[in-house]
Amino acid sequence: MELFIFLILVVVISGYVIMKYNTLITLRNQVENGWKQIDVQLKRRHDLIPNLVNTVKGYMEFEQDTLKQVIAARNAAVNAKGVKDTAVKEGELSGVLTRLFALFENYPNLKANQNVMQLQEELTSTENKVSFARQFYNDIAMKFNIAQEVFPANIIAKVFSFKRAELFEVTVAEEREVPKVNLSLKN
Amino acid sequence: MPDLTSVNIYEQQRRNIRLTILIMIVFVLFFTFLGYGFDLFFWGNDPLGLVGESYGFPLATLIALILSSIFAGYGLQSGAKAVLSSTGAYLVPENEPKYQTLRNVVGEMKIASGLPMPKVYIIPDPDPNAFATGKNPENSHIAVTEGLIEKLNREELQAVVAHEMSHIKNYDIRLMTIIAALIGAIALLSEFAIRGMRFGGLSGNRKRSSRGGGGSGPIVIILLIIWIIGIIMAPIFSRLLAMAVSRRREYLADASASELTRNPLALAKALEKIEKAAEPTKSIKKGSAHLCIVNPLGLKVNEREGSFADLFATHPPISKRILALKSMAYHLKG
Repeated sequence: MELFIFLILVVVISGYVIMKYNTLITLRNQVENGWKQIDVQLKRRHDLIPNLVNTVKGYMEFEQDTLKQVIAARNAAVNAKGVKDTAVKEGELSGVLTRLFALFENYPNLKANQNVMQLQEELTSTENKVSFARQFYNDIAMKFNIAQEVFPANIIAKVFSFKRAELFEVTVAEEREVPKVNLSLKN
Repeated sequence: MPDLTSVNIYEQQRRNIRLTILIMIVFVLFFTFLGYGFDLFFWGNDPLGLVGESYGFPLATLIALILSSIFAGYGLQSGAKAVLSSTGAYLVPENEPKYQTLRNVVGEMKIASGLPMPKVYIIPDPDPNAFATGKNPENSHIAVTEGLIEKLNREELQAVVAHEMSHIKNYDIRLMTIIAALIGAIALLSEFAIRGMRFGGLSGNRKRSSRGGGGSGPIVIILLIIWIIGIIMAPIFSRLLAMAVSRRREYLADASASELTRNPLALAKALEKIEKAAEPTKSIKKGSAHLCIVNPLGLKVNEREGSFADLFATHPPISKRILALKSMAYHLKG
């Protein structure tokens, strides 16, 4: 009888451990996948920017500084390492890009150039995709972190040395700041 | 009214999958019953032995069972294709700058929802409207009219696509597509049945009066009445069902769409624009009206409130939906 109960306990506990372990592995893969989604969009954005800058350069003679800033921010973003650094650099890049798009309003010729409009649409879309992929990634990363912290799964997480996922956080101030820049330029 | 935070997608998915199965079973049972009635009333053969004797082969019952099962299976498998081709939708052409924004916003919503990429279609119709169809998120399709692309700006288009994405995520598409296919099947089969009734009535009645009639009077008559009502009312009932099922899901899809875009006002604006262009979307047939974001029939009933309007409208009044979205926007800001 005792042996029987002992066996049942062993089966139940090992069953639980296997289940939790698999859940954690699945979540970890989802987190990695979520990050890849962001990465793909970031790469696309990095590829599009030089294209855009080259196309608009001729039109925007008086905005060479802004264009240089865009390229600089882009290069900084390309070289960013790790989730946190990438988040900061990409946030800065978004800031200057939006400023550039705001400047487009002052150049009617640009608005008439279909190539530029297409590039702008593509960049807007990658920008949106990054922010949606970020929401998705953060949600899943949060889920993964919580799954590692709750008892008794935290023991399993520790034994198999799972690591917490870093969140992709963007400072809100940078995203909101942009429209003001446009106003100051008109003065 | 659904609250943004209380939308539980997984519960809704399960409910929809269950309801889909239930509707398919009810559909098959209903038609088997109609076939059974055929055997019973015209050939005097009661295969189940409930009210009369059972003899011979239950031909009509079996045919009804097999046919309706085939229809239900076909509806699940190819309903989406049938719905799409009935609207004249075509796959959005790659590399056409006109549709660049559409392709992009679908890609954005794909990422936001975490679903596989749906196929995107254009319906050649100047009236703004959109729908989603398909068996599951892996085999899903979003169709928008040319009018929608022309009249909405980027944000609004994104909101509409998000609404359709939510239908895909909730498995509303499977349910709605099955219903669309079954509405078609019911219309077809009930026509068969009514024709068969005339044909069967001529040759079968004599047989029945000579053979049956022993001791099963009132039950048979009640069955007969239910049966006839069933045949005549089935097309209407199926549409009422479609309406009831679709209406509740529109609010939910609006709410989940706002969750995806974090921009309820864009969807409110899109609905306002779609409503303003209230002419009927001619390409979309009656049988698939419940799939669309806004009723394509241009019925004024969708604008009214009250129990009668609620019974017959496929969609809740747009004004109510816009109000719900605006209150969401208010809460998001606060």
